[in-house]
Parts: sequence; C-alpha cells; structure tokens
Amino acid sequence: MKTSQTTYNRRSFLKASLLSGGGMMLSVSWLANAKAADKLQALNLPQQWTQLNGYIQITPDNQIKLICPNPEFGQNVMTSLPMMIAEELDADWKNVVVEMGPHDNAKLGPQFSGGSNSVRMYWKPLREAGAAARQMLCEAAAQTWNVPVGEVTTKAGVLLHASGKSAKYGEMASKAATLPVPKGMKLKAPKDFTIVRNSKKNVEGLKVVTGKPLFGLDYRVDGMLIAMIQHPPAFGMKLKSFDATQALKMPGIRDVFSLKLYEDGFEQGGFDTRSFNDMVVVVGKTTWEVMNARKKLQLDWEPIGDTKDTMMGRGGKQEVVVPGELESTSAQLEKMAAWAKKPAKQLRKDGDPETAFKNAAQVIERTYNAPFLAHNCMEPMNFFAHVTDEKAVVAGPLQAPGWSEPTLSKLLNLPADKIEIQMTRMGGGFGRRAYCQYMYEAALISKRTKAPVKLIYTREDDMTYGIYRPMYTATYRAALDANKNLIAFHVKGGGIPEHPIHANRFPAGAVDNYLAEGWEIPTNITIGAFRAPRSNFNAAAEQSFLDEVAEAMGIDPIELRLELLKRAKDNPVGKNNEYDPDRYAGVLRLVRDKSGWNKPGNETYSRGVAAYFCHNSYAAHVVDMVSRDDQPYVERVFSAMDCGIVVNPDSAKNMVQGAVVDGIGNALYGSLTHKNGAAEQNNFHNYRLIRHNEAPKQIEVYFVDNDLDPTGLGEPPFPPVFGAVANALYKKEGKRFYNQPFQPDIKKRA
Amino acid sequence: MAKYSLKINGKSRLVDVDPSTPVLWVLRDHLDLTGTKYGCGMAQCGACTIHLDGTAVRSCQLPVSAVGNQPLTTIEGLSAKGDHPVQKAWQEHDVAQCGYCQAGQIMSAASLLKVNPNPSDADIDTYMSGNICRCGTYVRIKEAIKSVARK
Ligand code: FES
Ligand code: FES
Repeated sequence: MKTSQTTYNRRSFLKASLLSGGGMMLSVSWLANAKAADKLQALNLPQQWTQLNGYIQITPDNQIKLICPNPEFGQNVMTSLPMMIAEELDADWKNVVVEMGPHDNAKLGPQFSGGSNSVRMYWKPLREAGAAARQMLCEAAAQTWNVPVGEVTTKAGVLLHASGKSAKYGEMASKAATLPVPKGMKLKAPKDFTIVRNSKKNVEGLKVVTGKPLFGLDYRVDGMLIAMIQHPPAFGMKLKSFDATQALKMPGIRDVFSLKLYEDGFEQGGFDTRSFNDMVVVVGKTTWEVMNARKKLQLDWEPIGDTKDTMMGRGGKQEVVVPGELESTSAQLEKMAAWAKKPAKQLRKDGDPETAFKNAAQVIERTYNAPFLAHNCMEPMNFFAHVTDEKAVVAGPLQAPGWSEPTLSKLLNLPADKIEIQMTRMGGGFGRRAYCQYMYEAALISKRTKAPVKLIYTREDDMTYGIYRPMYTATYRAALDANKNLIAFHVKGGGIPEHPIHANRFPAGAVDNYLAEGWEIPTNITIGAFRAPRSNFNAAAEQSFLDEVAEAMGIDPIELRLELLKRAKDNPVGKNNEYDPDRYAGVLRLVRDKSGWNKPGNETYSRGVAAYFCHNSYAAHVVDMVSRDDQPYVERVFSAMDCGIVVNPDSAKNMVQGAVVDGIGNALYGSLTHKNGAAEQNNFHNYRLIRHNEAPKQIEVYFVDNDLDPTGLGEPPFPPVFGAVANALYKKEGKRFYNQPFQPDIKKRA
Repeated sequence: MAKYSLKINGKSRLVDVDPSTPVLWVLRDHLDLTGTKYGCGMAQCGACTIHLDGTAVRSCQLPVSAVGNQPLTTIEGLSAKGDHPVQKAWQEHDVAQCGYCQAGQIMSAASLLKVNPNPSDADIDTYMSGNICRCGTYVRIKEAIKSVARK
C-alpha cells in the first residue's frame, strides 16, 4: 500500500513567541521562507498581541483560542482541526474558542479546503503544535515550582504536581512563551485520545441557527457599494457594444462600465479558469436597485472566435487555444460518440488484453454517459473588495486563498504583503470556490470605482458561469472465458474537455489482462473540480458495469469484488495499484454485514451496492429503493467508510450522509445542457436539486475501526452513490440505466 | 421611493425604499438583518424564508409594499438567545453543514410545528420540500423536527 508523505511536515519547524499582553503563541512555520510573515500584526488582531503567529493563544484568565487554518465550507474543519490541537495540548474543550485564521501560508500552512485534504495534511503538524505548547507549559510550571519537569502532569487545561501544586494553563502561559520550543515531540497513542474520536458539536452551531453574519454575502462595511456583472450570454461570445443610458438613470446607480478580467497575454495561474473575459458592471447602492438597473442595459454581443489562454501551470508557461464554436449538447454527444471510436491514448496495459478479448467465450460491452453539472453552492459566488493605491482588503468565500493571491497581486499591481484575504464561512464549495475569478472581478471593480464594493452573482449568473463538472463517457468491456472467469477488462473513457479515467484504480491490479485508454475533446465551456473529480463519474460507470459482469458470471456482486480484491492482494497484476485491497474489502464486508445483504427481511427493497476508493479513503454503500406514487425513491442507505481515525465521529457521519444525498440527487436529476453556447438551465426551476421528499428516510453510517492516520471524507463517500443508485434502479425497474441523470429515462418507461 | 414602518422582530423599523423591493433585500441591505439568505430569488429554494404574521413566506417574493401592518419575524428574532425549540434541536442534532440554508429551514420548521405539532414524515416532506439544502442535511432536519414534536 502506498502511504502518503506530506513533504511540508519535514520542513516545518516550531516557533514560540511572547505576547506583550501576556499569554503564549506557538506556531508551526510551514515554509522556510517568510513570505508575508508579519501580515498578521498589521491586520485584525488586537495590538497587545505582538509577534503573533500560529494556532494557539492562551490568555491569563485561561481562555484558549485555537486558530483554524483552513476555510470552512461545511466539512466542519473549524471544529475538527482545533480538536486535533486541543488533544495534544490537553485543553479543556469547554474553554476553547475557535477563530478562523487570517490568510498566511507562511505561518498557517497550505490553507486550502479541497481534495479531502484538511484533516489529512494537518493531522501531524497541528498535534505537534499542541504537544509542544503543552510541554512548554509543563516546563514553566516545573521551573516555577522547582520540581523536575517529568513530574508535572496535565489534565484538561490544568498543570499538576504530586505535591498538590496546581496551576491553570493561563497562569503559566507568559512564562512558557519565553522558553525554547521543544522538538520531536512524542505524540499520544490513539488509545489515549480524549478529544479526538469524541464527537464535538459544530463550534459555529449557535451562530448558524441564530442567523449571525458568517458568510461572504453577509459581509459589509460602511459606504459599501453593490456590484453586479453582466457576462456574455453564451460561451464563445464577447461584448460588441453597450448602452447604459437607461441603466444610469435608475435610482441608486453610481456607475456602469465595461471591464476586461485579463488583458491579452496575461499569465493565468493554474486555477484562474476564466469563462468570460468581458463584463459590463453595474454599481449602485443596494442589491435590488442594481438588479433592476441591470435589466435596462442595452447589450450587443458577438462571436469571439478562437482565442488563446496563457496558462502558468506546473509544466511552465503554456498557450491554450480555446475553440470559438457555440456548442450545443446534442452536437457534443454526437461528437463524443464519434471520438469514442477513434484510437485513444493508452493509460495502462497489463498482459495481453487484445488476445484475451479475441479468445473470450463472452464479451460484455456497455457505454455510460454523464452531463455537465453545476456546483450550485447554496450561497452564490460573491466577494467583497476594497482596493486603494496602497493596499487591498478582500473578503469572501474561497477554498484556497494561496492559489489566487499571486494572480490578484498581478492584477492589482500590489505586492502580496499589501493584500489581505479574509476567509468567510462558505455557503458550500464542492470545488467551485477553488476558482476565484469572482474575487478578481470584485477587486478590479473596487479599484475602478475607488470604493468598497461587494460583487454579487445572482443564481442565474452563478449557474451559467461554467466551471462545471465535465461531460464524460466511458465504454467498458469485460471478457469471460467458458467457465465464466473474468479474463480481461478494458475501459476507454473520454470527455469534454477531460477524460475521467484513473487507470491505476480497481479493478486494475486484479485482472491479468487490462487496458485503460483516454481521449479528450477541447471546448470553450469551462470546467472545474467537482466533489471527487473524475471519480464521481468513474465510480458510477465502473460500479454499474461490475454489477452487470457479476450477473453474467452468476455471482453475487459483493462476492465478485471480494474475489477480485483477494487476487489484487495475493498476486497483484502490474505496478502502481493505488488502493489497498484489504481496506477496500473491509468496507465491502462492513456494509454487507450492516445492511444484512442477502439476508431475509429486506425483500421490500430493491437493493444496489457499490464501493470505491478515492482521495485516500474507502467507501461502500448499499442503497435500498422503494416505489411511491409509481416513482422509485431511495428509502434507506447503509454506508461503510474507512478513512482511518475518525476525528469527529458525529460530524463525519453528517458529511457522509450529505454526500449520499448529493449523490442520489445528481445521479437522478443533475444536468446542465447547452444550446448555441448558452446554458439551458439557470435557476432551480429548471435545474433540479434533490429535495426533502426525495431524500432517504434513513442513512446509517459505519466506520471501519482502525488506528491509521486519518484521511479525507468530503469526497470519498460521494462517487459510489451513483453506482449503487444505478444498481438498485436495475432491480427496481428491470432495466439498466446508462445515462445520467437517470430520472428522464425512468419517466420514459410508461 | 416610499417610506414604510415595518414591525420586525418586535421592533418598529423605518425604511425608505422602492415599493417593489422584496422584503429579503430590505432586511439584508437596509436593516442589516443578514440572517435571511438569498438563494434563488424566485421562490424555489426557501433560503429567504421568514414569518409574516406567524406564517412562513418566501421574502424574495414579498414586496415591501404588501406587508402593511403584519408583523415580520426573521431568524434573528425567532428567539432571544437562540433557544427556540427548533434552534435547540438543530444544535442537538448538529444539523448544519455549510449552514447557508439553515435559517430558512428553521423558519419553515418552526412554522410547520406551529400548525402541526406532530407532523408525520409525509407532512414534513410536503411542508419542507420548498427548502433546498445543497449539503444534503435532510435526514438530520427530519430527525430534529421529530425530536421537537416528541417534546
Ligand atoms: S431566495 Fe427566496 S426562495 Fe430562494
Ligand atoms: S447546510 Fe449547506 S445548504 Fe444546507
């Protein structure tokens, strides 16, 4: 099995500093360079905290403030990450307050929420920070009491000595901060955890239920103006001309102007996906006034033709041609079907698949399709910006401030240390908010308007802007010999504009003759990471296909997977297999057990099973369907997860439940189509999201109990839901479903 | 522009706005009550749900000119300390993920429980289906509502 190495751990070092107001700060400095090192002081922290950095602040009256480095989008990092610090600090959770950190990658680490990485990448450094702080507090107490440090113990925020002496952390904090930072701290064994693995409530729970201003859309300062943007109505269009005479006459309107996001040849960063470069901006006093004035704009658009993006990716500078065609979904589907027949790029090959297929007694071949999906974060894209000649303050929902700051700096011509990015709670992310052109737009608008501005996307703006989950297709083939053994497996996947294939995932490694191929069609419709990129299609297709293969082989679908996994473990085929067969089999066994798979008592349900590995974790689901009003609904779901140590179990369950609901919704209803470059869905009346009445009544979540370092959970449970739904639908409807979303095909049956 | 005296969360608030302005934007832009959320602006998502004279309505569809003397309650005014039974149940069940939809969910649930203190699954589905949760917290919302009903 491959273990992950977080390289920044090795380069990080611990550093404490004294607070002039008393108390103690400790930080893991992530990188040797001190980029923007002193930004914190200048920003939003009280003056008396000099030399502040890091994750832990202790006041003389024993308040413990823990800083959450990563932005919160509903995965509950604001609770789980501080829990990891508090565990080793041996803090009393009751006395802990949590604050979202400022953006400072030098002091707080990578600070991105995405890729199911938050807990995984911070697991070691945050516990080290907690352990080192605790050790320094012990040392301070030892010196004060004149006893050996080895005799000082701690309990929930209190230092203790056998002599009966005791002190709260707060009493020793300022002395502790003068001491050298210990290195190579021994961390607790999992059996000694008292906070981690014990469910803690969302630290912002009360704020959420009382409607406190937490989100970017709630952010405001005095004198702030509201801005909205009219982007081109279709991919492949640009602004020809506009007339703002009527709009400018509308009440509350300050200005109307056009802007370009990037000048020609601007070097875009890897996450600077730009759907539309042209914007007509309306700026005014209030949202409603701006919305109304925007309707009065006279706009003329024209086709843009082929254009070029200059991308600065990991591979260096690259010119990317963006085709100018005004695309429609029907034509895209035809194009994909045609490309699927052409030779494709070989991604992995084991054995001799060609010969195996030629000699097979039976070949099963199926093709699966899936549409673009919009993220549809509940909070539409928005950002606050106040840009002056000297500095820029921007605030709003974004997943990765560090990925966007260099571009913002270039666009505004301000050095990074003059830019403050505040991370607000996000009303959902799902990958969408890793692409922050809306932050750049807000900043450019503020610069031009010379005022603090909040840019707001309407739902329509948000849904039609692009950055979608790509369109995917894949054809799977399985070869069986005369004894119904699986002797070869072939997947050829393609997409607009990327293929979905993870060539080294299951069942690679479990079949002697294996071939994976991929092809890609360029487009001007922009795409982005969408909860478990590529996996969210792969799992759907592959796991439905395996269900069909198991049926052809006359074997139980869980049994087939377990047999293949046994093969992958005992005698793996090929190299670079990404998954651990034992852990993969573990979630299948757990879900089989918990769901009572093949056991009597479940006859009222049409059951489907699927499992998948992605983002370092393992997931399996059994989905139980029923009919209501002649429509199939998922009534009940059993989920089994292996993500190592579960830091905050109840909240982890919540995330799995959410992923299950999200998966069912997108499998059945999700679809974003285009006509002549324009999105055909623009709000929730024509883009169907799953609702209360369509959600399961019961979702039982089980975790494999082990002491492995934790891995992510935001994405891994999502992909296999699609496959489990497809397989349950087959049982319910008596036919296979190959094209997402499934709902239209269910309707057609009548 | 026109002046309106609105009864919001037990207080009288004066605003000077265009009569067509939806209460959603009056709350958010003029009264600094940002707990009520914008999600769709077309009565599809329920994020903007408030109480008009005790009944759940979508504030994005309610022009300020239509309010008259009817009292309005927003999430900020549902209880003094966040201790309305629905708010408490939401915390006990740790319902929220991103939390953006939850003000609307809570306002709908409070209204449902007022007219139907002991709702069935089907009642909850019918009443709550206008409130979308993109994070998929529906199972917990249902549990939380039922726990209030049981008390
Ligand atoms: S914003 Fe009013 S229902 Fe969506
Ligand atoms: S909790 Fe995120 S939309 Fe409901």
